[in-house]
Parts: sequence; C-alpha cells; structure tokens
Amino acid sequence: MLTIDNLKKYFGFVKAVDHVNLEIKEGEIVSIIGTNGAGKTTLVNLISGYIKPDSGRILFLDKDITYASPYVRIKLGVGRSFQLIQLFTNSTVLDNVRIALFSKYGMIRRGLLPADRYSTVTDEAIKILDSFSMSEKKNLTPKGLSEGDLKILDIAIAFALKSKLLLLDEPTSGVATNDKFKVMDSIVKAIKKEGISTLIIEHDMDIVSGYSDRVIVMHEGKIMAEGKPDEVMENKEVKATVFGIVS
Amino acid sequence: MSKNPRWIVYLLIFIVLLFIPRILSIHDLMLFEYGITFAIVGLGFNLLLGYTGLLSFGHGAYFAAGAYTVAMIGKYFPQAYSLEILIPAALFFSMVLSIIFGFVCVRHTKIFFSILALSLSMLLFALLFKLYHITGGSDGLRVPLPNLFGMSFKGIRRPEFLSGTYYYFLLGMFTVSFLVMKGIVGSPFGKALQAIRDNEVRAELIGIRVRRYRLYAFVISGMFVGLGGALWTFVNGHVTADLSHWVFSGEIVYMTLLGGFGIFEGPIIGAMIFTYLKLYAMGNTQYWMFVIGGTLIVLVLLLPNGVAGAFSTLWSKIKKSD
Ligand SMILES: Nc1ncnc2c1ncn2[C@@H]1O[C@H](COP(=O)(O)OP(=O)(O)O)[C@@H](O)[C@H]1O
Ligand SMILES: [Mg+2]
Repeated sequence: MLTIDNLKKYFGFVKAVDHVNLEIKEGEIVSIIGTNGAGKTTLVNLISGYIKPDSGRILFLDKDITYASPYVRIKLGVGRSFQLIQLFTNSTVLDNVRIALFSKYGMIRRGLLPADRYSTVTDEAIKILDSFSMSEKKNLTPKGLSEGDLKILDIAIAFALKSKLLLLDEPTSGVATNDKFKVMDSIVKAIKKEGISTLIIEHDMDIVSGYSDRVIVMHEGKIMAEGKPDEVMENKEVKATVFGIVS
Repeated sequence: MSKNPRWIVYLLIFIVLLFIPRILSIHDLMLFEYGITFAIVGLGFNLLLGYTGLLSFGHGAYFAAGAYTVAMIGKYFPQAYSLEILIPAALFFSMVLSIIFGFVCVRHTKIFFSILALSLSMLLFALLFKLYHITGGSDGLRVPLPNLFGMSFKGIRRPEFLSGTYYYFLLGMFTVSFLVMKGIVGSPFGKALQAIRDNEVRAELIGIRVRRYRLYAFVISGMFVGLGGALWTFVNGHVTADLSHWVFSGEIVYMTLLGGFGIFEGPIIGAMIFTYLKLYAMGNTQYWMFVIGGTLIVLVLLLPNGVAGAFSTLWSKIKKSD
C-alpha cells in the first residue's frame, strides 16, 4: 500500500532521513522505534506532505505522491497525528473532530446552514469521540483538557479523516505513564475495527511491541533493523545502540 | 432557533429599529445611518479578523470600490442609477477588486499580510486621486439620490429621503447582511475558517486548502465592506479618494477592536459607538487623534475583548452570582 523508495532528507549536515526504503502492506500495523533525533518525525512529515524530500520516491496505492500537496494525500487516504499536539484551540472538542469530518466529506464549502444541522456528521463525530472515551468532554475546549486527553483528541482528529493509512507520531508521549497502555489499547482497538494500515512512531519499544505486526528500528536517519517485535529485541546491534545494553 | 434567547433579543432590537425614524431627530438619524453602514462594514471586516485571523489595514479599498461604483454609475450611466442596479454592481466591483488584491495578500500572514493589504489600498488611493478627469481627484464625486424600482426621488431633499424610504432600505440591507454573516460563521465553511485561524498547520493537514479558504474569506469580507461603502454614499452625498486611504482603513480596524472582534455582535456595537464618538470628539476637541490613541490604549490594556467582550464577561458574572 505504501512504498518508500530511497527517500532522503538532510537538514544541512544533519542526515535526518538517509536513503530509507520501507513498505507497508494493507491492514498492517508497523511501528518505528528509535532514539530521539533518529529521524522518525521527519519520515512522518515526508509521508504526510508537511515537508518535501531532497530525493527518493513515495508511492501510495501505486500513485507517486512524493511531491503531492497534503490536500491530495488526505483525499487519497493518508492521515496523521502529531507528536507535539496540533489542535483547534478555540473550538470545542466536538468541533475539532467535526471540522475534520466536514473537510473529509468536502462539506466545508457549505456556507449558510449552521454546522449543527448536519446531524449525521455530528453523530459520527460523537461516535468517534466515544470510541476514545471522550464524548463526555465534547463541549469543552482544549484549554480544559488534560495532557493525555489533548493527545487523544489529536489522534481522534486524524482518525476522523478515515484514512487508509494512519501515521501516529508518538501517540503516548505526554500521556501519564500509567495511562500509556490504556491509550494504546483504545487506539489499536479503533484501528483494528476499521482495518486501517498504521505506522506508529514510538521511542519506547515496550509500548508498541504487543501491538505491532512488524517493528522497524531507525538510527541516525537509517533503518538499522526490521522484523517481528521479539526478533528485533534480540538483535545485538539494536540492543547496543537503542537500548544501551552491551552483552 | 426560536428557543434561543439570543434570537428573541435580536427580534426585539429589530422591532425597536423599525421605529427609530420616529424617535430620533433627522440629525441623529443620519448619524445612526452612518452607524448602520459601518456596522455592515464591521461584519465583513471581522470575518477576516475575528474568524480567519487576518488583520487587514487596507479594507478602505473595498469600501471605496463600493462607494465609487455608485458615484461613477451616477456620473457616467445615469440611466442605470437605481438602487436595484447599484447594489449588485457595487457587490460585483468590490468582489473583483478583492479577488485581485486578496490573491496577492493571502500568500502571507500576520504583519506581512497587513502591510500588503495597506499598500494595495494606497495604490487604489493614488489612482483615485490622480485620475481626476474620471474620479474627480481630491474633489471627489457628488452622489445624487438614487431611484428605487422606478420610484424617483427628484425634488425631495436628502434628509427626507434618508428618514423615509432609505432608512428602511438600509435596515433591510443590514438585516440581510447580519443573517447571512451569522449563517456563514456557524456553517461548516465558517468552522473551516476558524480552524485556519486557530491552527494553520493542522488545518492544512486535515485537507483544508488554507490559502484558497483565506481568499474566499477575503472576498466575502471585501464584498460586505463594499456593500457598506455603497450604502454609505447616499447618506454622505459625496465620495473622495480618502476612502481608500490607510487612515480610513485604520478607522475600520479601530471600530472593530472597540466593539470586540471575538464576539459576533462586537463590530456592530463598535461601529455605533465609533460614529457617535467621532462626531462628539471632532466637534469638541481638536485632539481627535489623541482620543483615538487614548481609547485604543485603554482598550488594549483594560478591555482586550472590546466593549461587547466586557459586557459578556459582566453578564456571565451576574449569572454566576445568582
Ligand atoms: N525543520 C528542521 N530543521 C533542521 N533540523 C531538523 C528539522 N527537523 C528535524 N531536524 C533534525 O533532524 C533530526 C531528526 O529529527 P526528528 O525526525 O524529529 O527525530 P525523531 O522524531 O526521531 O526524534 C534531528 O537531528 C533534528 O534536529
Ligand atoms: Mg519525533
């Protein structure tokens, strides 16, 4: 479904993404782990069209989207959430999700009837919030939410785009340690229900290993190892550089 | 809709407005009509400032576009000088101008947007000023009384015209503008604009084409301001190039801040207060600019949400203490 071919992005001397090849299949949940600065977020930025690569290609459903606008990518079905939350700060929780739905359905050109009149969209937004246990907070604005809820709302917005491929950049960063697995559970449950292919970025292996079909380890812009979670865990090089275990 | 107490208040205000010509003296009524035209301007201006997050220092240009459309048709096509033609024409030309200027401006945001909008309006000012064979230059153009659906107002004095038919025409235009803008800001389209205002990056990455939607907002805003400009000319009786000068654009900004750009009704209240404030201050002091500057400082420091914002805070405090 997604094919990344020799993708490169340098920031001056920093080789953020250094000739990366990667494939994600239909319905697969793939995790990318790696230390801070490994280039994970940059990779997500390249796939979502937030920044453009120096060279290489990105194919999605056999279409070349290397230089396509975010708008085109979203129409095709590539959605993302953000490591550093990006919300509509003065809108309610409900509207944060509804705006994404209106955009997805091409309804943001409708300029006269109140948004509330589109009750199917509102119902759908509430259903999405429900699946993340957020519907009770629908009338709050982001200012009234906890750090963890902000993160979940960010993901719910990405979810509302009904992407075929969902890119989640550190979905549990900022969430209290005790809640991390709870958050991952609700996300993965929602993903699996819809059968969405997903790329999860994490720097903590423990959090993703139980949920991933495949784990990719990034280090200094390159892919260092790839495989089933337990295989990757046993890789000596990964142990040394990522987990700092020397055996 | 009718369950909402807000709509009951609107209805009550509308009923009061119907009787204004019987309450106010002709002098005060004229002032009130200036206020109504600026209220339409404020509604349009605030779609851009309050709802899209773009501060234009050049909206005088679209006011001038509406106003000069009326004056030029009056001068060059007197046979078409009828409100039912003039208003659509003013909307059309302010739309064309705001498409052209907006196309340039929306490529930028923040102060760059503001300065570009200002520069382009000064370009129009220079044109209106220099092309005096066509535009009357610094003398401007006179604006006679228009026809309306075959009714002619020849031989009628302007005050009579303004306190009769025209007041109700103006009130109708204001009501339509109010309802249309109210519809826009609550619609999915309006929500998309507010999304752009709140977080441009995320808006783009949920598939809103940010620049395009900024342009839509700019053009709609320009058309409301152009409508305000066109309606204003009949009250004022005269147009000059100053309408496109940054000082005038600054007054539009000022009245919107005065009323409060964070609240839908804010700019309307601001327009009304501004109209009376300006007259009073200009009549009683030579220090009009000081009055503007002074109130602006008070606003920014004490009432960041404008007069309407202060009232709504007060209101929610009263409700809480019950
Ligand atoms: N916009 C940018 N400009 C300059 N350097 C950047 C930029 N974005 C990321 N980098 C650098 O690229 C490297 C990879 O960053 P990032 O992709 O954010 O890593 P990760 O998400 O794995 O922690 C880091 O060294 C970072 O400083
Ligand atoms: Mg990162």
